[in-house]
Order: sequence, then structure tokens, then C-alpha cells
Amino acid sequence: MIAELGLAALWMAAALAALQLLFGSLGLTARGQVLGQAVRPVAIVQGLLALLAFLCLVYVFAVTDLSVRLVALNSHSMKPLVFKIAGSWGNHEGSMLLWVTVMGMAGGFVALVERRLPERTMLATLAGQAFVSLGFYAFLLLASNPFERLSPAPVEGNGLNPLLQDLGLAFHPPTLYLGYVGLSIAFSFAIGALVTREVGPPFARAMRPWVLAAWIFLTVGIAAGSYWAYYELGWGGWWFWDPVENASLMPWLAATALLHSCSVLAARNALRAWTVMLGVVAFSMSMIGTFLVRSGILTSVHAFAVDPERGTFILALLAIYIGGALTLFGLRASTVSEGERFAPISRESALVFNNVMLSAILGIVLFGTLYPLVAESMGAKVSVGPPYFNPMSAIFAVPMLVVLAVGPLLRWRRDTFARVGKGLVIPAMLVVTGAIALVVIGGVSLLPFLGLALALGLAWASVLPLKGRNLRRTPLPIWGMVVAHFGIAVSLFGMSSESAFSVEKLVAVRIGDIVEVGPWGVKLDTVEPVAGPNWTALEARLLVRYGTNGKVTRMLPQSRSFWAPPQQTSESALLTRWNGQLYAVLGGEAPRANGTDADGRWQLRLWWKPFAPLIWLGGLLVALGGLLALVGHVASDLRRIVARGKIAYRRERQGR
Amino acid sequence: MTLMKAKHQRLVLLVSALVVLVAAALLAAWALRNQASYFYVPSEIVAHPPEAGRAVRLGGMVEQGSLKTAADGVTIHFVVQDGQARVPVTFRGIVPSLFVEGSGVVAEGSMQAGGMFVADNLLAKHDENYVPREMQDMTREQAEKVMRETK
Repeated sequence: MIAELGLAALWMAAALAALQLLFGSLGLTARGQVLGQAVRPVAIVQGLLALLAFLCLVYVFAVTDLSVRLVALNSHSMKPLVFKIAGSWGNHEGSMLLWVTVMGMAGGFVALVERRLPERTMLATLAGQAFVSLGFYAFLLLASNPFERLSPAPVEGNGLNPLLQDLGLAFHPPTLYLGYVGLSIAFSFAIGALVTREVGPPFARAMRPWVLAAWIFLTVGIAAGSYWAYYELGWGGWWFWDPVENASLMPWLAATALLHSCSVLAARNALRAWTVMLGVVAFSMSMIGTFLVRSGILTSVHAFAVDPERGTFILALLAIYIGGALTLFGLRASTVSEGERFAPISRESALVFNNVMLSAILGIVLFGTLYPLVAESMGAKVSVGPPYFNPMSAIFAVPMLVVLAVGPLLRWRRDTFARVGKGLVIPAMLVVTGAIALVVIGGVSLLPFLGLALALGLAWASVLPLKGRNLRRTPLPIWGMVVAHFGIAVSLFGMSSESAFSVEKLVAVRIGDIVEVGPWGVKLDTVEPVAGPNWTALEARLLVRYGTNGKVTRMLPQSRSFWAPPQQTSESALLTRWNGQLYAVLGGEAPRANGTDADGRWQLRLWWKPFAPLIWLGGLLVALGGLLALVGHVASDLRRIVARGKIAYRRERQGR
Repeated sequence: MTLMKAKHQRLVLLVSALVVLVAAALLAAWALRNQASYFYVPSEIVAHPPEAGRAVRLGGMVEQGSLKTAADGVTIHFVVQDGQARVPVTFRGIVPSLFVEGSGVVAEGSMQAGGMFVADNLLAKHDENYVPREMQDMTREQAEKVMRETK
């Protein structure tokens, strides 16, 4: 019953999206203006219906209604409740339903609160949003119905991939989706602005909070996803350049560029066509990412089911939306008039540089991600990994980071290096000192070397915009910028330190043996079986000590066997200190040399990763910076609305 | 320093952005040719070995009776074959649980000068929903055999 209710809600939401598109387009014409008034309410109800459909799906998963095909395929009655709920989006159909839900809710929210733009632009924006939603509704209802029944109902479900049965993972897809799909708002705003040719500071100010919000979710989602891969896969790495990771990185790069060009447009009325273009590109990257991940054409733990029909469907949607938007852009870009001018040395130029470099990195990542597909169509099977991505993206990232140190100090419109040069002496000295120290230590390869040296200078330079300001009266967006840039430096330091100074030990040891890893001594104390709700495991008790007279701490890495579906995972154990993380993985019992019997030795893989937690701490700082900027912008918008209301009220009282 | 005319400024911005993006594309194309890691089956890798040290992937079946563990307990030696050719492989690390003799495997690593393949990572069949994509490239009998033995 609930499943049918969900399906009905989904159909109605799709119908309303069609209505929203129709009314929105007609509302732009002189005769259809009355219809335009219905667009906002329709958008809100559409969002609520999509939410209802999604809640229905969560419900059938929560009660494990096995007569629903999706539940039977992806869930199991013996699973903890939180993973039953998370299971509702841990599969293809459910995740697409989450996608349209977020998209509908975002559109409804814009319709509810956004009052700054001219009504015509809003109509075009909401029509654009409905147009995109409609395609995804069609995809859900025609090619991947989440509420399909199964008759007869099986007695037990297939279960969820054990790798996905993890709390961190359970909540990273919704976060990431809020980011991905939040960018659809930027896309729709760009379409709306192109249709009505209203590109200017008000457009940028209206779009900025939405981009910021989506970007914050993307940042948190990427950081969480990276941390999940780090501790759950048990491979000790935190970024694998997996197509799925790239799928989330590409929209982030585009959104970061968009964020910066938005601030140029809002403050200085420059980079007009470019900002609109980035709005289109950012969401296009979200859709390409979805295509790569959901069509199953690339190897990935996220490629749930390989179904060529679905791939073709998403590809067609991509062609329509991206092709359509770019065509619209091509037709209208020349009619968007030139923006304000600026000198080569100015804040604007620095931000243009940032934008171009981010776009170049985006291009590098996009090429590397798509290349295996291109090669395959020509008959060669290839994969592309870190040897390509790391140096190629660094070529553009390093100059960008250098400009990041200088840019925020420059004035708008025109400036000179002589004015800002003095402030940069200390950061430059930090970079040089760091570089010399690293040469003395020796053995650090080029990229971590550059990263460490730059991170030191950048950390200092990123707080310089606060110099000479009254800290209490500094606007929140400035604080946001400083915190986010500082976060970049922190994260860069963590990444470089991890790849430069990590120590790895792979050993087979008997109970009671002690292994040295970097500054740590690790003793294998016991190995004992333990049981969970849907798994059994071998758990090792490690007694670890930092240095020669540190406190002895326990670590409990497990090797888990799930039975539905049957699979084995390594649950790594992490021990965090201020200066790094100790990472332990328990393998199996080591086979005797030249034989198959065990000989009482256990495989252990241990890493000491200096300053590794800074990678994610930095990522969270970046997101926090975004949040501060968002709060600042929204608060000042609210103040302006209140002030305008007061003025209008006074005028009314004076009888004018 | 005077500011450029608005039209000129737009042109300069456009051209410089294009130049950087085209440079990025060319760099990417050049690097991809050199850095992409190709997929081989044993008969191909024996017939046309890639240069030593270049990152490639090798996919095939683990030969029955070929799996040996070295004295350190964490290094293994085995042979990957596809019915026509055999390639000896060394791997140091914790093997995936579904890695057994007679099943399919994809090894990521590089060929050494002596004809030995050194693997950095092994991918085995995980579960019915997630098959390493490379395994789809094996012949049907091989795939069926993998299914039978690992189910």
C-alpha cells in the first residue's frame, strides 16, 4: 500500500513538473502572465510530493517489505535499522529517487524564499528547474521504478554490500547529493538569466547563497567520502582517483570557480558571460558524474547494476540538457554586454587566474576520467590512475595556490605589487625555510615537497587579509574567505605530509611479537572471534606505545565476514595523535611457507601517517569558511529586506 | 597604466582562457598516452610485453597448485594463465578473501625484466552485484568458471 502511495506521489510530482515548465514558459509571454502566478505554488507542492515518495521508500526499507523488488534485492531483515534506512539510497533506483527529491525540494525552496530577482527571471528559472527535473522523473518512472512489486515475495532479501554498511558511508551520499543537485539551482538561474538577459550584480547576489550552500555540502561530502575510503577499504590511501571520486571532484572544481566569479560579478559587475557559463558547466559536471557512476560503464563499488538501457537513457538526458544549455548560451552570450574593466594586476585578475586554473584542472580530471571510455571504443582496455592525475593537476594547482596567497590582498580594479609586496615577505620566507628544511631531511619527492613548502607560506598569507582590520567589525564573508583559504593550506599540509613521511609495515607475526612502525611499538596481544548482528569477525588486540615511554593503548582491528551477501571486509583501527595517525589492518592467518596449514602467524599491515588527519580537518575548515560566508551574505540580505520594509512602512504612514 | 577598452578586455580574457584550456587538453592527451595503464591477458603480455616498470593490469585465472607463500608470511607467488600462456606473479600484501586457486583475478602492477609480474594490488570477484569490470572481458567459460568457484 505504502509503495503504491509512493509511486502515485512520484507520478503526481512528475505531472506538476510538467505543469511548472508549461506555466513558467507561458508566464513569460504577455498573454500568459496570469499562469505565471501559479508557478511558485506548483514548484513547492512538487517538491513536497517528491519528498513524500522518498519517505515512502524509506518506510518500505525500514519495515523490510520484501514484496517490493528493490527491497528484496538490496535489503535484509537481519540488518540494523539505520542500515535498512541507509539502504534505501544505497542502490540505483533509490539514489535516483533521492536525486529528484533533492532537486524538487531545492526548486520548491527557491520558489518559497527567493524574492530579489525580477519575476520574469524567476519564472524562467523555475521553468528551467522543472525542465531538468522532468527528465529525471521520466528516467525514474520509465527505466528504474523504485516501487516495483515482486510476486511472489521472497522469504529473505539479498542484503546490502557490506562495504556500504558503515555509518560514515550511510550519510555521505545524501550530503553529496544535496551538493550535486543544489547546483541545479545555479544551472536554472543561469538559464533564467540567459532567457531574460538579466545578468548583473543582482543576479550574482541572488545566485551566490545557493551556490555556496551546494558547495558546502559538496565539500563536506567529498571530505567524508575520502575519509570513508581511507578507513573502510583498509588500503591506507585517501584518494584513489576512482571515477566516482572524480565525479564528485569535478562539480566541486566548477562550483569553486563559480563561487569566485560570482563574487566578481556581485562586487564589480565583471565576468558576466563567464559566470553564466560556469553555472551551466557546474551542474553539467554533476550530471556527467551521475552518468559515469549510475550507468555502470566504469568499474566502481558505486556502479550498482550494469544496465545498458539506463546508460543510454542518462546519456540522452545529458545530451538534451548540456547541449541545450550550451546552445542557449551560444545564442545569447554575445548579447550579454561587456562587464566593467580592470587592470592586469587587480583582485579581478587574480580571480580570473583562479577560475582559469580551476577550469584547467577540471579539464585534466574530465579527460582522464573519460579516456578509458574513448580508448575502449577504439578497442584498447586502459585505466588511468595517480601517475597521470597527480602531476597533471599539480601543474595547474601549484600556480593557483601561489596566486591564492597574493590575490586576497589585492584591491579591486587596479593595484600594484609594491603595495602588497611587504606583507608577503614573511610567507615567502616561510616557503624558502620549509624548502631548505625539506632538502636537509632529504628523500621527499617533488609534489609533496612543493606542497609542504607552499602550505607553510599559504597558511600565513591566508590570514593577512585580517591585518589592520577591527576583527569584531570584519564582515563574516571576509572571515569565511580567510578560514576557507587557511583550510586549503591545512589540507595541503596534511596531504603532502602523508605522502612524504608515511611509514608502512607489512608483517606476519605471532602472538606476543612486537613490530616497530615509525615512532610506534606495536605488540600483537590476542586474536579472538567476535560476532555482530549480521557478521562474525576475528578481532586482534594490539597494544601500542608511542616512543619508548608513552602510554600503552589498545587498538582493535577486525577482519569481518558478512553472510548476506557473503563477503569479507577489513575493519581498520585508527589511533589519532596531534601529530598523526596510526593505522592498523588485520589480514588473515599466514599460510605456512610451501604449505596450506596455518602456522600461528597473523598478517598485519600498519602505517604511521604523520599529520594525515589534517587532510580532512582542512576540508572541514574549507566548508566552515563557506558556511560563514553564507551566513554573512544571508544576514545582510535579510537586513536589507527589513530596512526596505521599514522605509516602505514609513512612507505609507506619511501618506505618500 | 590605462585600462583596456571593454571589448578588448573581453577578447584578451577569452583568448588567454582558451590558450590555457587548450594547453591543458594537449598536456592531458600527451600524458594519457604515456601514463594510461593497459589491460593484458597472459597470452598478450607474453607475446608483446610492455616495457619493464610501466603500470599495467593483468587479468586471468590463478593456476591450480601454483599458489605459494614465502617465508615472511606476507609475500605470495602464483601463476596467472589464460589457457595459452602462463605468467608468474609476485604480490606482497593482504590478499582479498575471494582470491583462491582456480578463480579469476586482476593484478595491478608491472612486468619486470625477467618476465615476472610484480603486483601492487589484486582484485578478485567480490559479490554478485559488483564484478570487477575487467572480468567481463574474459571468455564466457572463464567467467562461468569464476562464478561456479566463488559463488
